[in-house]
Amino acid sequence: MKYGFEVILLALGAFIALLGVAFAHDSQFGAHMWVLFFALAAGAIVLMRTSSYSPVDILAEDKSAYMDGPVRYGVVATVFWGVAGLLVGVIVAAQLAFPDLNIEPWLNLGRLRPLHTSAVIFAFGGNALIATSFYVVQRTSRARLFGGDLAWYVFWGYQLFIVMAATGYLLGITQSREYAEPEWYVDIFLTIVWVAYLIVFLGTILNRKEPHIYVANWFYLSFIITIAMLHVVNNLAVPASFLGSKSYSLFAGVQDALTQWWYGHNAVGFFLTAGFLGMMYYFVPKQANRPVYSYRLSIIHFWSLIFLYIWAGPHHLHYTALPDWAQTLGMVFSIMLWMPSWGGMINGLMTLSGAWDKIRTDPIIRMMVIAIAFYGMSTFEGPMMSIKAVNSLSHYTEWTIGHVHSGALGWNGMITFGAIYFLVPRLWGRERLYSMRMVTWHFWLATLGIVVYAAVMWVAGITQGLMWREYNEQGFLVYSIAESVAAMKPYYIVRTIGGLMYLAGALVMAWNIYMTIRGHVREEEPMPGAAPVLQPAQ
Amino acid sequence: MSEKHIDELSGVETTGHEWDGIQELNNPMPRWWLWTFYATIVWALAYTIAYPAWPMLRSATTGVLGYSSRADVQADLTAAEDAKSAYVEAVKSKSVDEIMADENLRQFATAAGSAAFKVNCIQCHGSGAQGSPGFPNLNDDEWLWGGKVDQIYQTISHGVRFAGDEETHVSEMPAFAEVLEPQQINEVAAYVASLAGTADTPDLVRAGAKVFADNCAACHGENAKGNKELGAPDLTDAIFLYASGQNAIAQQVRHPKHGVMPAWGSRLGDVKVKELAVFVYSLGGGE
Repeated sequence: MKYGFEVILLALGAFIALLGVAFAHDSQFGAHMWVLFFALAAGAIVLMRTSSYSPVDILAEDKSAYMDGPVRYGVVATVFWGVAGLLVGVIVAAQLAFPDLNIEPWLNLGRLRPLHTSAVIFAFGGNALIATSFYVVQRTSRARLFGGDLAWYVFWGYQLFIVMAATGYLLGITQSREYAEPEWYVDIFLTIVWVAYLIVFLGTILNRKEPHIYVANWFYLSFIITIAMLHVVNNLAVPASFLGSKSYSLFAGVQDALTQWWYGHNAVGFFLTAGFLGMMYYFVPKQANRPVYSYRLSIIHFWSLIFLYIWAGPHHLHYTALPDWAQTLGMVFSIMLWMPSWGGMINGLMTLSGAWDKIRTDPIIRMMVIAIAFYGMSTFEGPMMSIKAVNSLSHYTEWTIGHVHSGALGWNGMITFGAIYFLVPRLWGRERLYSMRMVTWHFWLATLGIVVYAAVMWVAGITQGLMWREYNEQGFLVYSIAESVAAMKPYYIVRTIGGLMYLAGALVMAWNIYMTIRGHVREEEPMPGAAPVLQPAQ
Repeated sequence: MSEKHIDELSGVETTGHEWDGIQELNNPMPRWWLWTFYATIVWALAYTIAYPAWPMLRSATTGVLGYSSRADVQADLTAAEDAKSAYVEAVKSKSVDEIMADENLRQFATAAGSAAFKVNCIQCHGSGAQGSPGFPNLNDDEWLWGGKVDQIYQTISHGVRFAGDEETHVSEMPAFAEVLEPQQINEVAAYVASLAGTADTPDLVRAGAKVFADNCAACHGENAKGNKELGAPDLTDAIFLYASGQNAIAQQVRHPKHGVMPAWGSRLGDVKVKELAVFVYSLGGGE
């Protein structure tokens, strides 16, 4: 029986989850185990229904070809979680503008905000990274994914992690660690999935039939290894009970703060920067059909980036209990990080040299170019904000939120959209996308949404920072915190509109992708100046 | 590499590697990029010499500029304290009435009180001191415990019904559900409502006037104008702390709510309380 082993494993897991419900130490853990039980039981049933009992596997796929099943699922999951994460983002933005939208206890800002950040970073970004890395590593290594069905385990295991993390937040289960809110048992599970991911990826590289490892794979590999290290160290904790949802961190006080921001900053550095640079290094040259601009630059900026990034975390703790020397180091490493970050931007943009006209004619290239432009902008803004004098104004304000979003929406979002538009016709064997004009719509909705969002948050953040530090001539603070909150209202409303535009763009993409997968082609005028075919002959 | 691979479009040599159709040009690193990178490294090294940076065995280097964020903030705080010290001393030694008489000192105390109000008071009294149900508006002319500046000072300093302060304002309206018949309560509620001009049941009002005279006038006064000694509110001015309207008044007669305000003197110190009193007095409703 095909999947017999997997069905047994899932059923066993569901049974253990049920035991977790029965012997739960607290009601939240019990509720969370119910979620796990239903997820695993549903998985077991679905697998049983799709099992074939024929002694000879007539549907066996070609074991010598590239393994694209998990990539296809990953692309669909990326689109799904992307829309979900952006939707929650719009909701929390609206909650800040209109506090009555907070619905106790499950849907208040305190629980939905981590749901938004995790959904966007780990569900959307993580699925995009896993799917594209599986696609890229096979093609650039000319080798099938290593480990057989292990890649499927990585995909489904990661989805289960997302479901457990998300439902945990809503139930109020959290370690209160930024970007690492899931509790100890979810963390342990993610560690296992992540090691499996590393095995699949590294095994494929080791099996490669190319003499050299392509630069995209350096970035992907550094991302996988570093995230494993960050995740394990940041989540070191002692559970308060064996079947309970509470744990205590191994760190305390300022050491804890530094550990969290060492993790938090490098989640940005290795998840959202290095990983997505890997994506850029494959999809930009492929879509532009041009060679990478400079091999030497890619080597130098890769090694300098990964060496410098890991030290920059303390800049999140300027003017706190963190000793001055550590603050200084966090700041100077961030400044030195500026050029290594920009190396990626140069290599991405200059890869288009000789093909600049494609920005006009190819909406997918346009999307990638705007992604790289936002990457360049936010990697300049970041080092600037790490300067202590700037940070004393910007810290704790909406400016930081704007900075994060010009990176996340502008860079991570747009490069992922570009990669998805590249991948879907190829993965499903379609001649082209359902509609190129909808890509253009997506491009403008998203770009204008980001510009609105970032501009509003700059104004809001600087307003906030200036209000907080304003003294009158007698030496007394002029504004209270409540007054600065009240001053944010118009910005919060406009920010919500910016987010809505970005979400609308993502919905246009979801429809476009759905129709492409279904095999439809939209009747529309071709893009002006564009050759009717998108793909170079292969 | 034995043979050279040249990219036709740019004329630049490639590295000769190829992955899935992707080649790499052998362009040098842009000079401006490289030199800016070097410059940031040089700057970083210089900065770490100037400021605390390098961790050693026992402690970190302190930097040649002798910078310390803690010393910096301490110096800033001291400078701010020093700039204010003459005024603060004067506030400390004078009574609130004397502060009011000194124009410069009054202005200083108003500014200081305004800042302290935003941190300590707006949570209940509102950012415009406009109050909310259960928390008095401080801008109007209704003062439960007196609106002269020294009375305001007394109230802020010792609070209202605040356990643990012997001089706090104490007085509690009894729960008349134990004392009066339900009908009498309805009557007196109608009467009180009529004082603020919101009742339209003349029979009840007439009967209520008698109930009021027998039971309520002792504290609220024959004319229902209240008594600030007892914190008994004026019932004729259409300002109600909890709720207006006949039913709400009846409820308040049956089981009165009693607000509590902390004694701020022991928390903020006498100087801050004087400043707050001068500020609250300045809001316009002081007597």
